[in-house]
Amino acid sequence: MNERVLMCGNEALAEAAIIAGCDAYFGYPITPQNEITAYMSRRMAEEGRVFVQSESELAAINMVFGASATGKRAMTSSSSPGISLMQEGISYLAGAELPAVVVNVMRGGPGLGNIAPSQGDYFQATRGGGHGDYRTIVLGPWSVQELVDCMPLAFDLADQYRMPVVVLADGILGQMMEPIVFQKKPGRELPPKDWALTGAQGREQNIVRSLWLVEGVLEELNYKLQAKYEQIQKNEVLCEQYEVDDAEIILVAYGIAARIVRGAVDKARQEGIKVGWIRPITLWPFPTEQISKAAEQFRIFLTVEMSLGQMVEDVKLVIAGKAPVLFYGRPGGGVPTVEEILDKIRQLTIRKSKIKIKCKM
Amino acid sequence: MTFCVILIAMKPVFTRTPTFKDCPTHYCPGCGHGIAHRLIAETIDELGIRGRTIGIAPVGCSVLAYNYLDVDMVEVAHGRAPAVATGMKRTNPDKIIFSYQGDGDLAAIGTAEIIHAAHRAEQITVIFINNAVFGMTGGQMAPTTILGQVTATTQRGRNARSEGYPLQISELLAVLPGAIYVERCALSSPAQIRKAKKAIKHAFKLQVDGADGLSLVELLSPCPTYWRMSPAKAMEWLEKEMTKSFPLGCLKDVTRGP
Repeated sequence: MNERVLMCGNEALAEAAIIAGCDAYFGYPITPQNEITAYMSRRMAEEGRVFVQSESELAAINMVFGASATGKRAMTSSSSPGISLMQEGISYLAGAELPAVVVNVMRGGPGLGNIAPSQGDYFQATRGGGHGDYRTIVLGPWSVQELVDCMPLAFDLADQYRMPVVVLADGILGQMMEPIVFQKKPGRELPPKDWALTGAQGREQNIVRSLWLVEGVLEELNYKLQAKYEQIQKNEVLCEQYEVDDAEIILVAYGIAARIVRGAVDKARQEGIKVGWIRPITLWPFPTEQISKAAEQFRIFLTVEMSLGQMVEDVKLVIAGKAPVLFYGRPGGGVPTVEEILDKIRQLTIRKSKIKIKCKM
Repeated sequence: MTFCVILIAMKPVFTRTPTFKDCPTHYCPGCGHGIAHRLIAETIDELGIRGRTIGIAPVGCSVLAYNYLDVDMVEVAHGRAPAVATGMKRTNPDKIIFSYQGDGDLAAIGTAEIIHAAHRAEQITVIFINNAVFGMTGGQMAPTTILGQVTATTQRGRNARSEGYPLQISELLAVLPGAIYVERCALSSPAQIRKAKKAIKHAFKLQVDGADGLSLVELLSPCPTYWRMSPAKAMEWLEKEMTKSFPLGCLKDVTRGP
């Protein structure tokens, strides 16, 4: 299995899911992730596993709910408008504490939008997305290899913490082809699924539910979820940093935007500008420690996203006024270029001295 | 003396069926859910499938069905039961999967899910409780409310022009090749309830035998509270009036010849 192959993101993540032991895939066609449904329809049959093209995204997420409730590894994939439809199901998965993997290959929005890549679903993904006080783990890979590595991680996290995990990709990642290696690494040790619905032979009935009408019980469940989320925030953050030690300007970006940012930062360094970047890989839990630490020294933070600015709010929250946090982005399917970002960096080097003086007064 | 001998010789001929839990239910006096639950519990016990049955509870008055039926159960989003059942049955073909849904669940919000589950010939059993009203939320019109029926949202009686006609789910589903058994029964009298039991048992047995499609039993059920009738009157109204909009009988059974 350790050979390098050239695959597009959509098909690669599907194959990675199969290697990670996905028992069932349920999905509905939507651009730009149709390669996933097509690939899964063929490969799952080859592996003797379950594939259903559902009648809607509403149905798909509920099929995932069903399979998951019986203890199976189930996943679905969609793109922004379809993910909106799935929010009811995701809330139910969170409330019923069921594992699931949901892949969102983001496209331009709002509404029908377009089929170009986007990062406009960050809020939706990192704030639960549906009704109620819950979170989903959110992984934001930036390459096809990282997308492939995210899949077994997503299934393990979902099973370990009994919750939905969102893999946040975008139209570029889904379509682009890169050389990758499928490595079957040993997974984590996971608790047994003794809560699963397998038929009550020889034991008490198991009930999977999210309705708790008796006063105080739902409140207790919410605190239980919160305790789980605090554990995750302590133990599961993934983040990458590059050249931040002496940086006067730090760019923060994730996913495909981070690839473009890396190009701009490399060029800026060549021009002698002291710039670095921080790349959250888990968008929830957000790398609060790493960003907070970087803000202990005075520098300018520039968040770059393919949206009107969503992750920038989390960066601002974490930095809590210790340093200026600026934003550059392109919404609605627009993709920033290395030149645009490089230009912004250059502008900031001029502004930075002015800002520093202002802050000292 | 003879009396004592008779007592010792007696043995129970009718007991609580084990899958029906020994606890009070929250249903209204005269509600049909209690009867339907019992028929399902009896079926599960008679077929000996309690250890491998998984039930799906809907959103509605029977959302707490898992407190009354002693099998593995899941509570799902409104109307989504057939999709959940699909996920469960496809990944666990050896388990007996059944959904229990009301008319809001199945004939309103969940109509796409039931049609497509039947269309895909999912090998599941669906028990559809039709009481012509949304009970849980306070007696609003359901797709199955009959013309002229007064409800919280049809306060001058259901009008075909503005609210459409009552939805005949069984007729709709019987057309689909993937629906292999569709029957409509009533929970209005002992005779009808016995027929309903036969239908429910047939629907479960088909799944046990690995039949290639979906079975649905529609049970016309009384809701005295929101029909604003006494339980006895509700049973009468069901048998006399509701059956005019929802004729009883077997709409389709691929296992029986024409």
